[in-house]
Amino acid sequence: MNQQIHDIILAHAGLPAGVEITDETDLYRAGMKSFASVQLMLALEEAFDIEFPEEMLNRATFRSASAIERAVSQISSATLVA
Amino acid sequence: MKPAGAVAGASLAERVRAAAEIAAEHAEAVDREGRFPHEAVDAMRAGRLLALSAPAEVGGEGASLADIAGICTTLGGACASAGMVFAMHHISLVNLLDCGMESAWHREFLTRAASEQLLFASSTTEAGVGGDLRQSICAVEADGERFNLAKNAPVISYGEEADAIFATARRDPDAPSSDQVLCVLLKDQMEIERVSTWDALGMRGTCSHGFRYKANAPQEQILPRPFADIAAESMVAASHLLWSSVWCGIASDALAKAQAFVTAEARKNPAVTPPGAPKLAETYTRLRLIEAAIRDGLARWDVMRANPDAGPTMGFALAMNALKVSVSTEALRVVDEALMICGLQAYKNSGPYSLGRHLRDIHSARLMIGNDRILAGAGQLLLVQRTAQTRRS
Ligand SMILES: Cc1cc2nc3c(=O)[nH]c(=O)nc-3n(C[C@H](O)[C@H](O)[C@H](O)COP(=O)(O)OP(=O)(O)OC[C@H]3O[C@@H](n4cnc5c(N)ncnc54)[C@H](O)[C@@H]3O)c2cc1C
Repeated sequence: MNQQIHDIILAHAGLPAGVEITDETDLYRAGMKSFASVQLMLALEEAFDIEFPEEMLNRATFRSASAIERAVSQISSATLVA
Repeated sequence: MKPAGAVAGASLAERVRAAAEIAAEHAEAVDREGRFPHEAVDAMRAGRLLALSAPAEVGGEGASLADIAGICTTLGGACASAGMVFAMHHISLVNLLDCGMESAWHREFLTRAASEQLLFASSTTEAGVGGDLRQSICAVEADGERFNLAKNAPVISYGEEADAIFATARRDPDAPSSDQVLCVLLKDQMEIERVSTWDALGMRGTCSHGFRYKANAPQEQILPRPFADIAAESMVAASHLLWSSVWCGIASDALAKAQAFVTAEARKNPAVTPPGAPKLAETYTRLRLIEAAIRDGLARWDVMRANPDAGPTMGFALAMNALKVSVSTEALRVVDEALMICGLQAYKNSGPYSLGRHLRDIHSARLMIGNDRILAGAGQLLLVQRTAQTRRS
């Protein structure tokens, strides 16, 4: 999942060409604009067949690859239980 | 508890009323001459209204955003330019309070601002990025413990009268355009040159001239939090709420004139309901909706601020965008309808029912961050907002 998230970030976060990111890189500081964060979110929903609940739709959720991974795991496990 | 510096014995309402009376008295001259509302701002200082929302420990009065919004409406009805100066100043104050209390320099500055009643201006707009708050071209350049900043700003309201300017810039010369910080620049740390003059249709007293400036200041004056967070968590919402409150004030004053006009007609001929009365009722209804929208926005602000860990949701951002777009549009309609009710008496540039200034002032509302730009952003957010209908099946 981690690699897939990194690929989606590179494809959709609209970061400047050549930028390298780690799990902890702050994507907003790296240049992600709010427009791109929306595209990133939609791509994540499609790739993982999930839906971010309203209360997770904030800047913190999409701040870094690791934050995204936590959020995706949390949503996926909640869906399995339901 | 009475704040130490407050004018002896006067309640907040009395101090606001005093400032509003002075603002109203000079509103016409301010508009006609396109000059800064000195008298009104001096009255705000005398009434110690410029640090109201700061906590008492630094010399403020701990006023809520709803308190500030109410004052914006009162002052905006008296003189729209003076009301907007008050609103814009308080938006910068919210930014400072939000991240300043953790930093020694900003705490100290707040204390000084409260005691000396300093006036803050804001410089976000930049040549080349227009009204996109979240982008800068200029960058902070470190220079030892200090930094240099040069910015080409096509509008800074009361840039010449302010004691400090809050400027956005990229964090460093290598940072992407959206990685911004907010810097407090003191007047004596800047070389500022006016490059264009604000000779505008309305809001003439805001003196929103164009400037080019260079600043050199200690790095500790840069607000510690990223501007992206400041914008999302306080600045955008506070701007939309306080601007809307000023516009509501303009609309309220226009409605009051229309009501006075219709009442005068009724007095002349009590047997007949004046023809403007139904229209007056319609306009009155519109104003009530504007007020309700602002109250709703302020309530959402309180909920968001009471839960700082969660931060603002997209739903909150959408609600603030909707507030700005609707109030700017509807307040213009109120003033326009008031003009129709009073007819020629409102169209004339003098007399008790004159509404030219109100109409020109309120025309700035839809452009102050263009509504189309805001709707474009809101359209994006709506793609991700979750409702029962948008759920994945
Ligand atoms: C009274 C007043 C006081 C002000 N004071 C200050 C101040 O103190 N400091 C400061 O920094 N700024 C200030 N401003 C500027 C303000 O914040 C905005 O930057 C400014 O109003 C935008 O100007 P613009 O219309 O030229 O810009 P732009 O944002 O360049 O927009 C131009 C036009 O394009 C439209 N547009 C832009 N993007 C889109 C999009 N994505 N989709 C559809 N349409 C779009 C807009 O709606 C607008 O019609 C002030 C403005 C006013 C009216």
